[in-house]
Amino acid sequence: MLSDSQPAAIDALVRDIAAVARFQDRAAFARLFGHFAPRVKAYLLRLGADQGQAEDLMQDVMLTVWRKAPAYDAKLASPSTWIFAIARNRRIDALRRDRRQRLDIEDPGLLPEPDALPDRTLDAGRWERRLAAALEELPAEQAQMLRLAYYEDRSHGDIAQSLRLPLGTVKSRLRLAVAKLRTMFEPDQ
Amino acid sequence: MMNLPRPIADEWLVDFAAGSAPEPVAVLVESHLSMCPDGRATVARLDAVGGALLERIEPAALSTGALERALAALDTPQPAAPRARVGAIGSPIPAALLPYTGPDFGALAWKPVVKGVDEVILPTRGPATHRMSLLRVAGGRAIPAHTHYGDELLLVLEGAFEDGRGHYARGDVCAADETVSHSPRADRAHDCVCLAVTTGPIRLTGGWSRLLNPLLRLARR
Repeated sequence: MLSDSQPAAIDALVRDIAAVARFQDRAAFARLFGHFAPRVKAYLLRLGADQGQAEDLMQDVMLTVWRKAPAYDAKLASPSTWIFAIARNRRIDALRRDRRQRLDIEDPGLLPEPDALPDRTLDAGRWERRLAAALEELPAEQAQMLRLAYYEDRSHGDIAQSLRLPLGTVKSRLRLAVAKLRTMFEPDQ
Repeated sequence: MMNLPRPIADEWLVDFAAGSAPEPVAVLVESHLSMCPDGRATVARLDAVGGALLERIEPAALSTGALERALAALDTPQPAAPRARVGAIGSPIPAALLPYTGPDFGALAWKPVVKGVDEVILPTRGPATHRMSLLRVAGGRAIPAHTHYGDELLLVLEGAFEDGRGHYARGDVCAADETVSHSPRADRAHDCVCLAVTTGPIRLTGGWSRLLNPLLRLARR
């Protein structure tokens, strides 16, 4: 569960990103670093990076946060969602680094289409709380699929193999989970 | 005329969003997303799952001086962003694919597979079970009927094709697995170029290429 203090913390992070974007505010960056760097590193370690790799890639992610702060829009994503996407993309980039010099996170393939998001009025804090609620409402078997995908770097094919489930079962569970997550972004009734 | 592609199935978007997609799948999905706003919207939602993960994860200890190193790096100059390129018949090549193909499909070392069908294998560091290639099917020609071991994803880059189950234009993905037998046929008007990714255990030697391999050897003779 996310605690009640979460929204205020999210607002502070949003303000720090804005301060980095507008004023190149290093103190704000240091606060973002304090919150996110240990989390990004933990995420990368979880996906199998060694200490050195995780540290280097975390530095790369945080530098990207500094550079791309002007592109951040709190209406589109919470700070943690935005930084997760950066970390995910930088990791993909690193895995094929010798082929790809860099991956531009402003590539349209990597940014949400503002108009395609049905509800732009939700602030980041409400987004996060709705998501937490939606995740907890997922049936255990669907939540397990997402956990394996995000926390253990398993593709849906890997999940089917390791759990000895038919591929079709894994696909349908993931589709149900995504359908559930979609509903939380529907406008309020 | 712009095609507004239908998004690839959710399980592939989850693989991409979670970062668990092997290299060839990530390249195909990212290329697809660059042409598919609806798919991008779903990935944006799935990114929130990753955001929740970051908020809940047990933070890791950083090396000493990590913040100082980060602050010192802030002033390093930013590399220039890549420019959009244009493909052989004027269709932009997705940025994710460009490093694998270069800017001109026509300059690639195409190998004939069967009459009217050429292929270029694009090496990746994905699992040995995965295979990525560009397929070029001449207008009106078809890939011989085949079934699959594991998954086959065909992303249309130029032209269009139909396979009896649907019609696929630029940005669309045709997904098939072992339950599907099909014979994709290019529309008459244009050659059709697709990015193909096949997955599956190596013991099954992956996808329709297995059936075409004997023909490929014949064609090269």
